[in-house]
Amino acid sequence: MEKEQVATTFSEAPAHVSEWRRFLRVFLQRKLVIFGLTILLILVICAIFAPWLAPHDPYRGNLRDALAQPSLKYLLGTDIQGRDTLSRLIYGARTVMLVGFVTVGIAASAGVILGITAGYYGGITNLIIMRIMDALMGFPMLLLALLIAAVLGSGIQNVIIALSVATLPGYCRVICGMTLAIREDDYILAQRALGSSDLRIIFRHVMPNSLPPMIVLITLQLGSIILAEAGLSFLGIGIKPPGAAWGSMVSDGYAYLLTHPVLSFAPGFAIMLVVLAFNLVGDGLRDALDPRLRGLL
Amino acid sequence: MTAYIIRRLFMAVIIITLVTLIVFFSIRLLPGDPLIIFLGKNAGLEQMSDETLERLRHEYGLDKPVMVQYFSWISGVFRGDLGRSITYRDNVGTLLKERFPVTIHIGLVAFILGNVLGIMLGIVAALRRGTWVDSLATLVSYIGITIPVFWLGLLMMYVFGLKLGWLPITGYVSPFKDFWESTRSIIMPVICEMITGLAVIARQTRSSMLEVSRQDYIRTAWAKGLKERYIVLRHMLKNSLIPVVTLLGIGIGIIFGGSVLVETVFAIPGVGRLLVTAVFQQDYVVVQSGVLVISSIVILSNLLVDISYGWLDPRIRYG
Repeated sequence: MEKEQVATTFSEAPAHVSEWRRFLRVFLQRKLVIFGLTILLILVICAIFAPWLAPHDPYRGNLRDALAQPSLKYLLGTDIQGRDTLSRLIYGARTVMLVGFVTVGIAASAGVILGITAGYYGGITNLIIMRIMDALMGFPMLLLALLIAAVLGSGIQNVIIALSVATLPGYCRVICGMTLAIREDDYILAQRALGSSDLRIIFRHVMPNSLPPMIVLITLQLGSIILAEAGLSFLGIGIKPPGAAWGSMVSDGYAYLLTHPVLSFAPGFAIMLVVLAFNLVGDGLRDALDPRLRGLL
Repeated sequence: MTAYIIRRLFMAVIIITLVTLIVFFSIRLLPGDPLIIFLGKNAGLEQMSDETLERLRHEYGLDKPVMVQYFSWISGVFRGDLGRSITYRDNVGTLLKERFPVTIHIGLVAFILGNVLGIMLGIVAALRRGTWVDSLATLVSYIGITIPVFWLGLLMMYVFGLKLGWLPITGYVSPFKDFWESTRSIIMPVICEMITGLAVIARQTRSSMLEVSRQDYIRTAWAKGLKERYIVLRHMLKNSLIPVVTLLGIGIGIIFGGSVLVETVFAIPGVGRLLVTAVFQQDYVVVQSGVLVISSIVILSNLLVDISYGWLDPRIRYG
């Protein structure tokens, strides 16, 4: 796979520019990708401009309006404390973004460092690191997060730690595999012969080659991290009240399911929409970045 | 093949050992007195005299060096002694034994149904590529991958339980007590637990069926004039299910992970719910042993999958 990539870069001189254009064309021509990107854009706007967009205070409700049905004043109704559901949804976007991006940041950096170390140095280092990763993968993600949350207690930082540890092995495996494959390539041998240091080879050759699968993995992982965070906050482990998290909103609405279903339905739908968006964009990225599909799409 | 099995077995033992280390030390590495962690923060330790504390410390074996504690825990696990729960005042083994059948009952039904339906959906989607069936399959698999299972549970509960009144809203009935009631009580939980696995399997089956259908030997089979049913079942399906097999192990993980949420939503007295309550009651012995047992099951089923994978595809064995 890598060899092909190198070959095309050599044969077409200004390959860099045309490759980027090709990627954009393939990526953006799909309607589903545009749909996903639109939802993500709305999410980002909600997270950044929450105080201006939210029609009411998400934390302090008007008790006289408690459990109001959806109306013009409260588009999605209010909860038992009279807090506006829509405003809490908009503020919840912040939790989603925070947990998603910080977790991916931590997990991906740690995974890359461990994966490159394991793949590049091979032997016993590889064995130890990868077996630990296998052990971490042996836990279902939610259980590992539950164990860590049990140890550290609830709270948003602990959710981030738990999900980072749970998702780290994925990155580590991908990078380790890429590194192992690239290490055997002739051009790395040539680099060695030229006297390049390990670090130079890693930064100039291994990292750029691992970038496309990493981008795809990160996008898809963001979806599953958000889903796991929602699960944890549904269980009550996660952001502490009165903070707004979509998962805990679903759980809060549970008690009023018969009379006020919108309290649970709206935040759950928001979770699904955002996770779907990350999946659609991730699938689009994967197809657009896959060298095997070059020319086919 | 024997060498391959031995190698995989050896790896599985190492991984399970690592899992025990992770589970054990994640609790021991915490700052603070492990006795307080073990007894829970609400145990009223302030009122206890130093002698009582020492006695408790000795009773829980916390006065011994950490490595000794680890080995006594492990040897206990091997003898079937998973420790004593603080809140339930009962052996964790007994607690798990009561709850595992419930989780396994729902999980197994979900696992089998999810895989069968997922494979069928994937095959139909691949054979009728580009038609409405294919679009439907794509839609179902996107929904399955992205829907929060606890929310799906609430949706179904609202529609089938509260509005239509067809199914019981919560609870679980043992199949040995009343088979019909039991089946009714697990319909919604089973759908919730299987949906993610079904989606993943359908996706993989569809894409590997399409991959296989482009192979030369399939063209040859068509050229020979073989019947479609024969080509699909004998040539395409057999080869395209090989990558699907790897997902079976992951599917077991998904189901156990999902059981934590699903059992909470439907108030089902299974292992998942036990773990969640234990986390809130800071009953670490239960969490520690429960997580260990579940991860061991997941790892061992992955081992079985690996072995069958090597058996199905000889290329793997020598890789």
